[in-house]
Amino acid sequence: MKNLVILGAGTAGTMMANHLVSKLKKDTWKITIIDQYKTHYYQPGFLFLPFDIYNEEQVKKVGKKFIPKGVHYIQKKIEQIFPDENKVELEDETLQYDILIVATGCKIAPQETEGMKGKNWHKNVFDFYTYEGSLALRNKLRDWKGGKMIVHFTEMPIKCPVAPLEFVFLADSYFTKKGMRDKVDLTYVTPLGGAFTKPKATAALGHLMKEKNIKVITDFNIEKVDNDKNQIIDYGDKAVDFDLLVTVPTNMGDEVIERSGMGDDLNFVPTHHNTLQSLEHENVFVIGDATNVPASKAGSVAHFASETLTDNILLYIDGKPLKEEFDGHANCFIETGNNKALLIDFNYEFEPLEGTFPIAGIGPLKLLKESILNHWGKLAFRWIYWNMLLKGIPIPLVSRNMSTKGKKIN
Amino acid sequence: MEQVLAGIKIIVSDDGYLTDFSQWNKGIGSELAKKEGIEMTSRHWEVISWIQEQVKAGKALSVRGIKKSGVLDIKEFYALFPGGPLKLSTKIAGVPKPKSCI
Repeated sequence: MKNLVILGAGTAGTMMANHLVSKLKKDTWKITIIDQYKTHYYQPGFLFLPFDIYNEEQVKKVGKKFIPKGVHYIQKKIEQIFPDENKVELEDETLQYDILIVATGCKIAPQETEGMKGKNWHKNVFDFYTYEGSLALRNKLRDWKGGKMIVHFTEMPIKCPVAPLEFVFLADSYFTKKGMRDKVDLTYVTPLGGAFTKPKATAALGHLMKEKNIKVITDFNIEKVDNDKNQIIDYGDKAVDFDLLVTVPTNMGDEVIERSGMGDDLNFVPTHHNTLQSLEHENVFVIGDATNVPASKAGSVAHFASETLTDNILLYIDGKPLKEEFDGHANCFIETGNNKALLIDFNYEFEPLEGTFPIAGIGPLKLLKESILNHWGKLAFRWIYWNMLLKGIPIPLVSRNMSTKGKKIN
Repeated sequence: MEQVLAGIKIIVSDDGYLTDFSQWNKGIGSELAKKEGIEMTSRHWEVISWIQEQVKAGKALSVRGIKKSGVLDIKEFYALFPGGPLKLSTKIAGVPKPKSCI
């Protein structure tokens, strides 16, 4: 028997298990998936949890439910990968592999910024990228009386780069509905040159911040959080006061990547942009947030990548050249508040453009434009995630590679 | 849009970034710097070459990367390119500015 081992049973790892179980011959290949955690979280839901739009039960399920029969599931901590010896050491056993798929994801690293995970962590300094952070923030917001609220992200790359923008838009709506918007001073703080950074998006959406009375501070590279003065301070000594800080800390790949010496500065694994093969080891493939490819770190990207990677694993087994096919395709709904959302569809080469989706000229969804239908799309997506995406079922009319049809290119 | 800098016709984006790195040379870099009120020194050029190497190698630019570069520390980076050091240095280096997905 040969062994294919998947590290991580999050979005990408679970999808790969579901794709491969029906493609690999059962009498030749044993598929094993390893994850130390029992719970599979619907991470996009962490955006809604703080505003009481979703409850706890809507964002978590037992991960094992999504692992198909015929795949061996091990719930243990991964100690180290030895890619030169084709083995993975778990807490109390060692597995040999013929093919390894690294899907260990990425997570917040607040400890990378001085003072961020200090005495006020989850008191008036919050993240919303973890279940715990998002829930603690919900409880804080339920009886917060208002003041200066900063929504901030530390540095790129972060998982779901639009989430901080969505958060600030939803916060505006939330406080408006509660009749206390006039008591909240909302500021968006970014290390980049603007709230929007791509030309078409800036032109189409630049007005939103002003319209919603959200202040924007750009080019802010945080050095530390001062927990006594309640300020964030950047390397240029600029200081911004807050009563409530909602931050996205630095995002890093899992520590097991660092322990195994397989990652870059941020523990992301150097990966071929179009084949998803590791650049260092030909029998190691990488998918989802764990890679260093310049695509967005998002579930939709993992979904499109999983289709290419499945084909490439089969080609690799047959000793054939891999497809250089993956184009960085991402497709994301972006909440803009007041029950509206945008839809964006883009890849390595094309920035988000205006147009219609998924059917060219018809839609029914509109790209890069606010609509109520897009908001329903975002809410419907939770069902699609649990029932289609994780199971590796293709989404009708949406192809793995981005289509330029229906898009206004110029 | 087209612009003439150091006697050469170049194409820049709406916010003044070169769209084609092959049009870059030191003369153009100096002119782009002048527009931002920066007089280039040998120290500035060292940073610019490091940034160009990073981009060539497909690495993401960040202030963290500067901290680990061994070329300079962050305080000096701010002193050389006051205000928005990444935004300014990438513009002078003729490489795309750091951005998000929208």
